[in-house]
Amino acid sequence: MMYGYDKMSMDLLQHELVPKHEILSDEEKNELFTKLHITKNDLPKILDSDSVVKKIGAKKDDVLRITRTSSTAGTAIYFRLVIPE
Amino acid sequence: MVYRISELHFSLLSPDVVKNLARVRVVTADLYDADGYPVEGGVMDPRLGVIDPGLHCRTCGGGIGDCPGHLGYLELAKPVINVLYTKVVYQLLKMVCRKCQKVMVEEGKERKSKRKHKITISDVEANIDLDSVIVQPATCPFCKTKSKKITFVKPYTYYEEKKELSPMDIRERFEKVSDKELTKVGFNGGRPEWLILTLFPVPPVTMRPSITLEGGERSEDDLTHKLVDIVRINQSLKENIDIGAPEFILNDLWELVQYHISTYFDNELTGAPLARHRSGRALKGLIQRLKAKEGRLRGNLLGKRVNFSARTVISPDPRLSINEVGVPESIAQELTLPFYVTTKNVKEAQRLIRNQKANYVIRPDGRRIKITEENKTEIVQNLIEGWIVERQLENGDVVLYNRQPSLHRMSIMAHRVRVMPYQTFRMNPSVCFPYNADFDGDEMNVHVPQTEEARVEAAMLMAVENNLISPRFGGPVIGLDLDQISGIALLTKAETKLSRRDATLLFGLAGFAMELPAGKEELTGKELFSLLLPEDFAISGYRSNFYKNRKIEKKGEDPDEWIEIKDGKLISGIIDKQSVAAENGKLIQKLERMTNPTTAKMFIDRAGRLGAAYLMLRGFSLSIADLDLPPEAQTKTREEIQKAEEEANQLIVQYQTKELTTLPGMTRKESLEAQIMNALASGVSRASDVVETSMKPNDIRNMYLAGSKGSVITTTQMAAVVGQETILGKRIKRGYQKRTLAHYKEGDLTPGAHGFVAHSFKQGLDPFEMMWNIMNGREGLMDKSLRTRKSGYMQRRLINALQDLKVMHDGTVRNAHGRIIQFTAGEDGIDPSKSDWGTIAWKDRLDMMVKE
Ligand SMILES: [Mg+2]
Ligand SMILES: [Zn+2]
Ligand SMILES: [Zn+2]
Repeated sequence: MMYGYDKMSMDLLQHELVPKHEILSDEEKNELFTKLHITKNDLPKILDSDSVVKKIGAKKDDVLRITRTSSTAGTAIYFRLVIPE
Repeated sequence: MVYRISELHFSLLSPDVVKNLARVRVVTADLYDADGYPVEGGVMDPRLGVIDPGLHCRTCGGGIGDCPGHLGYLELAKPVINVLYTKVVYQLLKMVCRKCQKVMVEEGKERKSKRKHKITISDVEANIDLDSVIVQPATCPFCKTKSKKITFVKPYTYYEEKKELSPMDIRERFEKVSDKELTKVGFNGGRPEWLILTLFPVPPVTMRPSITLEGGERSEDDLTHKLVDIVRINQSLKENIDIGAPEFILNDLWELVQYHISTYFDNELTGAPLARHRSGRALKGLIQRLKAKEGRLRGNLLGKRVNFSARTVISPDPRLSINEVGVPESIAQELTLPFYVTTKNVKEAQRLIRNQKANYVIRPDGRRIKITEENKTEIVQNLIEGWIVERQLENGDVVLYNRQPSLHRMSIMAHRVRVMPYQTFRMNPSVCFPYNADFDGDEMNVHVPQTEEARVEAAMLMAVENNLISPRFGGPVIGLDLDQISGIALLTKAETKLSRRDATLLFGLAGFAMELPAGKEELTGKELFSLLLPEDFAISGYRSNFYKNRKIEKKGEDPDEWIEIKDGKLISGIIDKQSVAAENGKLIQKLERMTNPTTAKMFIDRAGRLGAAYLMLRGFSLSIADLDLPPEAQTKTREEIQKAEEEANQLIVQYQTKELTTLPGMTRKESLEAQIMNALASGVSRASDVVETSMKPNDIRNMYLAGSKGSVITTTQMAAVVGQETILGKRIKRGYQKRTLAHYKEGDLTPGAHGFVAHSFKQGLDPFEMMWNIMNGREGLMDKSLRTRKSGYMQRRLINALQDLKVMHDGTVRNAHGRIIQFTAGEDGIDPSKSDWGTIAWKDRLDMMVKE
C-alpha cells in the first residue's frame, strides 16, 4: 500500500453531504410495504455498487432508510431498495 | 384485470408475414372501371376496406368506422432496397465475407447487446453500429479471402470496387448468412434479406381515402398515386422480362421501381429527385406523414384542434367580477351546449327554440336538424322528452378561459359568461396577472365544457375564486394592480378624509352600494375601506409599502406605518402593494385563508373599483414639473455625479501609473473596470438618495411608494441621472478598435466614453448617451426573446418529465406505474396553495378554531 494511504482516506459516512443510511430489518420492511400498499419494486432503487451501500454492507433486496436534510421539512425520510448492478 | 406489458418486440416485416396479412394480391394499376367501380386486383380493391359511407367491406363486412382496412400485397418483379435501411445494408455488406458469408468479426470480439430485452428495430441499427465498426475488415479472419471495397452512393446504390451490386446480388449474399453469424454484430431483429423488398405491402384504403369533389370526380390520396406508379412500372417490368426484353430496358424499369418505392417511403431523399404531383406539388411519402410540426405525431397526437372553442382579442372591463368573462354576442351565438329535453323542461326548451337561442336539435334517432326561422314552429311542436337542443351560450354558463403559453395551472381557469356587445372578450384587469395578459393585442381562448360533469368539475376545481392562492408560493396570484393600488393607498392614508357627500359619490363611482357609518359627517379613508372587510377580520404585523425602505421605528408612532386591522376595521396602516397586490398581498391571502373564496373574490372586485374610483374623485395626474427638484437638491445631485466621475478618472490615472490596487482574482484591467463601476454606481445611488428625500410629494412618488408602478431608481433616472448603461453586465467596450465610437480617442477609458449617462431623461441625453441607452435597450430586447425561448423549452421538458406524477391519498408522490417518487409530497406534506406562503401559520389557524 502507498505510504500514508490510511491517513489520506476518509470515512465516507462522516462526510457532510452523505445522509444517514440504515438497513431495515425484515419486520420494518414488511411494515413499510403494508403501510404503503406496495411491493419492493415500487420503491426507488439504489445500486449495490453505490459506495455507501458497500460501506454499510447492504445486499440485494435490502431496503435502506435514508434520512436527508430537507429545505422544507428539516429532515425527510426516504427508502431505497438495493438492486444488483 | 390489469396486465402489465413486460416486453415489446419490434422486428423487420418478412415477406411471409406480409402475404399472411394481405387479403388482396394487387395485379393491375387500374383504379376504377368504366362504370366507376373499383377494379379487383387494383390498389382500390373493395377488399382493402371501405371509405364510402353506406358500403360494406368485402373482407370483414364492416361499414365505415368498423372496418379497420385490410392489407394487400404486390409481387415485385425484381427486389428493391428498402431505403429506410440503406445504412444497415451498407454496414452488413461491409461486414459479411463475400466468399464464406461469415460475419468478419474475430472470435471473442463479438458485440454483445447491452440490453436484457429482445432487440428492437432501432437496435438493429444501433448494434450494427453506424459509427465505430465503419472500417471494413481487409481480409476475412476465417477463410482469409481479401475483401473488396464496398461503397454506398445515396440514395440506394452499392458498389463492390467498380462493380455495382444489384438488390438481387445483395439479397442472395444476405440469405446465406446464418442467424448465429448475425448475432456477432448484434443483428437479431429478423433476417437481413428482408431489408430488400420482394413482396411490397399495399396499405389499406382506409389510410389513404379518396375524396369526391363536387363534380363527382374522385381525387386520390398521394399514397394511392404513388402506389399506382409502383404497380404500373412493376407490371411493365414483369412483361418485359417475360418477352425477354434487352438488359438495359429491364435495368431502367428496375431502377424506376426502386425510385417509386423509395419515394413512397420518403420523398425527401438526398440524391433522388422529388416525386411530384401533376400540379407540381411534391407528393407526401410515409415519412412526411409522420415527421415535423404538422406530422401525425406533433400535429395530430400531441396537439389537436377542438370544437366548442373561440378565440378573440381581449380588453379590460373592471365592472366585471374577476370570475366573469365578457363574451361577444356573435361568439355566444355560435358556441353551444347540449340541453337535454325532459318532461320538466320542455317549456324552457321550446322557449329557447322560439327565441332563436338554439342552433340545432338532435332527435333520439341521432338526426341533427338545424333550427331556422321556417322550421322552428314545427320543431317546437315535435319537441318531446329525449330530444337534445343545442342551445347558445348564455349568462352564467361555465367556460374555460385560457391564454397561451399555458405555463401554470392558473393559465386556464373557469369563468362565468357575460354576453356583451362588440367583438372582444372582456375580463377584470385583476386576472391579467395569472394569465400574464395585457391589452396590447393579446388574444385568448374560450372552451365550453359539454357535459354536466365537466361543468361541475370546472366550476369547482378551476373557478377563479378557487385559484386565488398560487400552488407555487402560497400567496395570492390575483390582486389589485396599477391605479387600483394607487387609489386604495391614497384613500387609506391617515390624512384622507371625505365628507359624507363625497363618500356617497365615491361608492357611486365605484358602482356598488355601501351603508355608511351612521351619524358621521366626515369619514376617514380608513373607515371607508373598512366597509369592504368582513366584520371579524383581523390582520397585523407588517408594514405598508410606503415604509418599506425606512428604518423600523417604534411601533405606533405613525398611523400609516404598521398595518393593523381588528374586527374588520382598519386601525392603522396604508393599504397598498403589501396588502392587496398579486404576489405580495398579505391581506388578500389571509382573507382567502380565514374566510372563504367568495368573500375574497368580492373584496378584490370591490377594492379594485374603489381604488380606481377614488383616483377619479381625487384626481390623479403627472406633470413634467413633478420631476423638478429643489435648487439645492439639483446642485447636490450634480455634485454627486461629478464627484463620481472624478473618482473614476482618478482610478484611470492610478491605473495608467500602475498604482491601482489589483483586486483578488482579477487582472489589472478587470480591477479598474470593477472599481469604476463601483464608484459610478455609488454616485448614482447618492443622487438617488437626494431624489428620494428632496422630491416634493407628487403622484409619481405616490405610485412608487404604494408599489403600483415605478421605483426610486426609475424616478432618479427621470429626475437626476440615468447612470451606467451596460452590455453583458460590463461597461460598453465594443465598437471600433480601442474605442467605442469614432469620436473618442483610442484608449479613452473615461466614464462618458464607455456608457455612462450623466444626464437625466428630463434634461435629455446627448447623442453619445442616447447611443449607450439604445445599445443597452437592444441588449435587453435580445436577451428577453432568447431567454423566453430557452426557458420555454426547458419548462416543456420538465413538465413532460413530471406530468404523470401524482400526490396520492397517503401523501406519497407516485408515477403512472404506482412507483414511489417521494414518500411525503414536497417532504413536508404541505399543499402550498392551501398554505400561508409555503408554511402553515398555526397561531392564526388556532385562533380561528378557538373562536369557532
Ligand atoms: Mg401583450
Ligand atoms: Zn374490412
Ligand atoms: Zn470468409
